[in-house]
Amino acid sequence: MDIHEYQAKEILARFGVPVPRGGLAYSPEQAGYRARELGGSAWVVKAQIHSGGRGAAGGVKLCRSADEVQAFAGTLFGKQLVTKQTDAKGKGVYRVWVEAASEIAQELYLGFVLDRQSERIMIVASAHGGIEIEDLAESDPNSLRRMTIDPAVGLSEFQARELAFQLGLKGGQIAQMVATLRACYRAYRDLDAVMVEINPLVITGTGDLVALDAKMSFDTNALFRRPEIAELRDRSQEDPRESTAGDHGLSYVGLDGDIGCIINGAGLAMATMDMIKLAGGEPANFLDIGGGASPERVVRAFRTVLADGNVSVILVNIFAGINRCDWVAEGVVQAYREVGLTIPVVVRLAGTNVDEGRAIIAASGLPLISADTLAEAAAAAVAASTSRPRQAA
Amino acid sequence: MAILITEKTRVIVQGMSGRIGSFHAADMIKYGTNVVGGVTPGRGGEVHLGLPLFNTVREAVEATGAEASLVFVPPPFAADAIMEAADAGIRTAVCVTDGIPSQDMMKLKRFLRRYPAERKLRLIGPNCAGVISPGRGFMGIMPPHIYLPGRIGIIGRSGTLGYEAASQLKDLGLGVSTSVGIGGDPINGSSFRDILALFEADPETDAVMMIGEIGGPQEAEAAIYARDHMKKPVVAYIAGLSAPKGRKMGHAGAIVSAFGESAQEKVVLLEAAGITVAPNPSSMGETMARLLASRAMGAVA
Repeated sequence: MDIHEYQAKEILARFGVPVPRGGLAYSPEQAGYRARELGGSAWVVKAQIHSGGRGAAGGVKLCRSADEVQAFAGTLFGKQLVTKQTDAKGKGVYRVWVEAASEIAQELYLGFVLDRQSERIMIVASAHGGIEIEDLAESDPNSLRRMTIDPAVGLSEFQARELAFQLGLKGGQIAQMVATLRACYRAYRDLDAVMVEINPLVITGTGDLVALDAKMSFDTNALFRRPEIAELRDRSQEDPRESTAGDHGLSYVGLDGDIGCIINGAGLAMATMDMIKLAGGEPANFLDIGGGASPERVVRAFRTVLADGNVSVILVNIFAGINRCDWVAEGVVQAYREVGLTIPVVVRLAGTNVDEGRAIIAASGLPLISADTLAEAAAAAVAASTSRPRQAA
Repeated sequence: MAILITEKTRVIVQGMSGRIGSFHAADMIKYGTNVVGGVTPGRGGEVHLGLPLFNTVREAVEATGAEASLVFVPPPFAADAIMEAADAGIRTAVCVTDGIPSQDMMKLKRFLRRYPAERKLRLIGPNCAGVISPGRGFMGIMPPHIYLPGRIGIIGRSGTLGYEAASQLKDLGLGVSTSVGIGGDPINGSSFRDILALFEADPETDAVMMIGEIGGPQEAEAAIYARDHMKKPVVAYIAGLSAPKGRKMGHAGAIVSAFGESAQEKVVLLEAAGITVAPNPSSMGETMARLLASRAMGAVA
């Protein structure tokens, strides 16, 4: 689960990371007020959306007067900001962060991520931070410093010090960097984060370290024990179809094709999509109904898939273990009647209670297309798809 | 002797008295698995499914000589339950639970390193379908009738895609020595490489089917291992060839990042290591059948 920059800065500041003074605004007037309240002569106004690349997309500006702050904020509110990291629809701006501008002598990069290789938290750091960090990671991966943290011991002072020296820091910056690294680690560990990123971490004109930007992402599996983090969820930043599906125990990702998919298990879902592509079709979505799916959850899956107007056929592929084919079949029949389906539905059932499931489908008298294997199911769905490429005569 | 479980393996179920635990434990018993008891704190002394319940894993091990445990404990308590099994001397734990926090897994993996090799716990999962040696016993949630007993080992991240592979093999008359679901979480107990090593050493396994997916470094690591240490042939399939790059697909923990993590890159690495890769998910069985047939021809010639 992602949170906004200003929320990440508030959290990290609480753990001891130095951040610029700033204030949140829900309107242009409030943004101007925040600038006057902060004082000084230069402010940075930043659109708060759950995405990187805001600067290049026009969501960040250095302003020289409170009026300019207000005017720029006025252009941001309600806008869909499209960045390199968002989809074509972009993300809506409903909050703006105004902060005192900092003088920048150098930009560093600092990231804490889960490293699947070592199965530990890994620090990734570079003396050359800023917006080109991804290019740098590609062109010169060795310039990134990496360090893993033993979960039994935590981040030791010597490790943090080593990293600070490797980044070329000097004098008082060493102690500041050690404190910053340890603060980020504690925030990551204590709040069940899966990512903490400060880019850039700047050295100011006076030689001090300040986090100019911050991103944090959290382990959704641990939200049950982090209610204060769960509260920070901002639904305005989520794809409404994906988040509504999630509320009903469905894992859904919208795609561009026309073959709607209802499948159990992420691996089988991906494999079915591969099979559809191979048969010449395009999947409209990834959808995993999860384990132990009730008929109601299956009906919900149909509604979710059908909310996408591009869908011209639905492929149900269930290989039941912890699921039950009879429940899924009941769900399919119920969905057909309740939703008033007008498009073809291909159903492939296998595994637990498969005979009962197939019997329900057969007895329903509905025009469902049955398939026995994955290959047959994909071929039948592509054949029924209206947007299939015409075969060369 | 298959791997991880045979008809002799003494199995306990942690969380056996729960609704889901009961359902699957009953299925395991019906299949002939040697289930010897269950653990539910506070229910010690009761009898459930005709078997004794214990308050702690230690008591269960002392009373029954259990060697393996199936963990059906809810996510907030699952890592703790696995640590309890490790401390009580259980050698194999299979954890089905989906949704364990990643830091719990980090701590758990570190904890397991405390024990010397001769009494260390091997964890399969979490978030997996379990382990089955067809005709002999299983620990997990799979539908056991889709597996034919035989000599092919299966390792997969995804439970349902593993079922798909087993049923394709069955349709071709090919059976399975043991099928192991290693789970879809970013941090799991045993990797492809760990299970490949077990199959390589198992006299009842002739060939291995490995089913990977996008994300994570474990398929690349397995490719190198198979190239350098295995004599038995390996057939692989990687799910997610059509997945858009950089998007997270469900719980698969599949965030495409470093080289060797996209499905295409994994296929390249596997083929470079001499592993036969099935081009699509419905040809997993026939790719294995063809490989076995060509090797049989080679042996005759």
